Amino acid sequence: MAELTTAVRATPTPPRTVRTSAALPGTRRARRYWLVLIGLALLAAAFGIALVVWDNPMPVGTAGFWRIVALRSKNVLVMLIVAFCQAMATVAFQTVTTNRIVTPSILGFESLYVAVQTGAIYLLGATGLTMLTGVPQFIGQIVLMVGLAVALYGWLLSGKHGNLHVLLLIGIIIGAGLGSVSTFLQRLLTPSEFDLLTARLFGSISSADADYLPIAVPLAAGAGLLLWRRARRLNVMALGRDVTTGLGLNHRRELVVVLVLVAVLMATSTALVGPMTFLGFLVATLAYQFADTHDHRHVLPVAVLTGFVVLSGAYFVMKNLFYAQGVVSIIIELVGGVTFLVVILRKGRL
Amino acid sequence: MITLDGVRKDYTSEVRIGPVDLAIPAGGITALIGPNGAGKSTLLTLIGRLLGLDAGTIEIAGYDVARTRSKDLAKVVSVLRQENHFITRLTVRQLVAFGRFPHSKGRLTAVDEEMISQAIDFFELADLEGRYLDELSGGQRQRAYVAMVLCQDTEFVLLDEPLNNLDMRHSVQMMKHLHRAAAELGRTIVIVLHDVNFASHYADYICAVKDGAVVEFGPCAQVMTAPVLTEVFDTPVQVIDGPNGPLAVYY
Ligand SMILES: Nc1ncnc2c1ncn2[C@@H]1O[C@H](COP(=O)(O)OP(=O)(O)O)[C@@H](O)[C@H]1O
Ligand SMILES: [Mg+2]
Repeated sequence: MAELTTAVRATPTPPRTVRTSAALPGTRRARRYWLVLIGLALLAAAFGIALVVWDNPMPVGTAGFWRIVALRSKNVLVMLIVAFCQAMATVAFQTVTTNRIVTPSILGFESLYVAVQTGAIYLLGATGLTMLTGVPQFIGQIVLMVGLAVALYGWLLSGKHGNLHVLLLIGIIIGAGLGSVSTFLQRLLTPSEFDLLTARLFGSISSADADYLPIAVPLAAGAGLLLWRRARRLNVMALGRDVTTGLGLNHRRELVVVLVLVAVLMATSTALVGPMTFLGFLVATLAYQFADTHDHRHVLPVAVLTGFVVLSGAYFVMKNLFYAQGVVSIIIELVGGVTFLVVILRKGRL
Repeated sequence: MITLDGVRKDYTSEVRIGPVDLAIPAGGITALIGPNGAGKSTLLTLIGRLLGLDAGTIEIAGYDVARTRSKDLAKVVSVLRQENHFITRLTVRQLVAFGRFPHSKGRLTAVDEEMISQAIDFFELADLEGRYLDELSGGQRQRAYVAMVLCQDTEFVLLDEPLNNLDMRHSVQMMKHLHRAAAELGRTIVIVLHDVNFASHYADYICAVKDGAVVEFGPCAQVMTAPVLTEVFDTPVQVIDGPNGPLAVYY
């Protein structure tokens, strides 16, 4: 059966008149790609607009109406940033590690975030959490996460025995270590403190402060732009270290640059809304299914749009069906996980 | 010309390759032969700067591989490893197109496309060019990788066992093509070969490697002798006069 479907899919598409190595050879594949992209864009726009205007309790045009619109627009912008960061970071990370089943959270960004939040509430009680809110604290958390990642990269990749797999392994171990410290501290908290903390540890859109946006937007956009400009080099890096070197790229340099950009994106997203482990993975995998090409210049936009659709869709459902604003990671993991399995089982490959 | 001067690679305290001194002349095919684990792949990847040296220097056409920028080297030397990581959702043609990366940086021109088509046609991959790499047989994929490397259009070409997985016809075809590239375009091709008879027939020079050292290097006739091959491969080898030159018989 598997052979059969492969054979059917493999039969050459309509006779080629022009032979091309383009990312989407043939009009059929190109048309399919653009349809997917436009479809996602429309869906994203629909969810974005619905989130802003749907079910506004105030009469249209009043000051209250606009205040609610402004508040909700902030949430939509937060979702856009998070989707952008997670999608770009995960696709790039999977490419440079030549591994489609890892996500950058393997490097311990989220464990660090959880440990910081837990530590604060353990040491300072409920006031600890309020002390973690504010623009300087937001910047501090980003710096801490990027710092940890860069220290890890620098230490491992500059040495003679520097090796990406060791890096990932150490990332996992640090993540697990921080995770157990957090779990231990959480046991020592009072139930009410624990309650407060739990709310912070689900990826939550509404908890993001509007004051953070002037910092988050340029960070995300800057890192994203730099990644985008490396898209063609990312295509090469997907072929592995040796081919990359053979084709004239300095593999180690490219690797470090991409990993630093990934760290900035992940830290921004995590400091903004908390852990979103599954989103990036889901989005990257779906994006490859939707875009159906290896070319990053085609995959990345699809990934970002998919991320936004998933995130805003989950938020819309949470808010209007379950009246539980903000906590989107739960539904992403549930619905996203199922979608993911269906897609993978149907297509049979990553 | 490729020169290796006191080249060493120390994997562990037991496994040391070298020191190797070798001068591979420009133009023509040089075959690296030797038993498994002799160090052929190591030497080839060292020359192709995919692996760092622990001592010594390697120069390709005067460029020190440890010091020349990778992107400059990529226009002088191309290298194919024995095993290759391949990604899904990449078609044969798209893979071959990567060979043009050092020249076009991913923005393919009409000239690039023409060269890609030629390489593909040459390896009889035209019917397969739209196929994904994970839908190919091992031999077909191997041909696609070699096509990519030749598409890089460099003066020096390093190939590690490119005949792996190839059937008789495609093996012969590939060797003939490489031979022509060497003879007509003046390319210098260094190739690891499993089959000494292929080496004997198509190569201009043979370099026999054993236990991390070069034991014999010279024109085919010098290496294709019973004593040398017996010593290199640690197994009785007879060399007889075949219809197309010396033939090693070892079974
Ligand atoms: N990455 C490595 N680490 C340690 N030892 C290695 C490594 N790669 C190869 N070796 C050892 O170096 C020797 C030469 O290997 P190689 O060059 O691959 O041989 P060949 O290609 O001639 O079969 C072998 O003994 C092999 O076990
Ligand atoms: Mg080998």
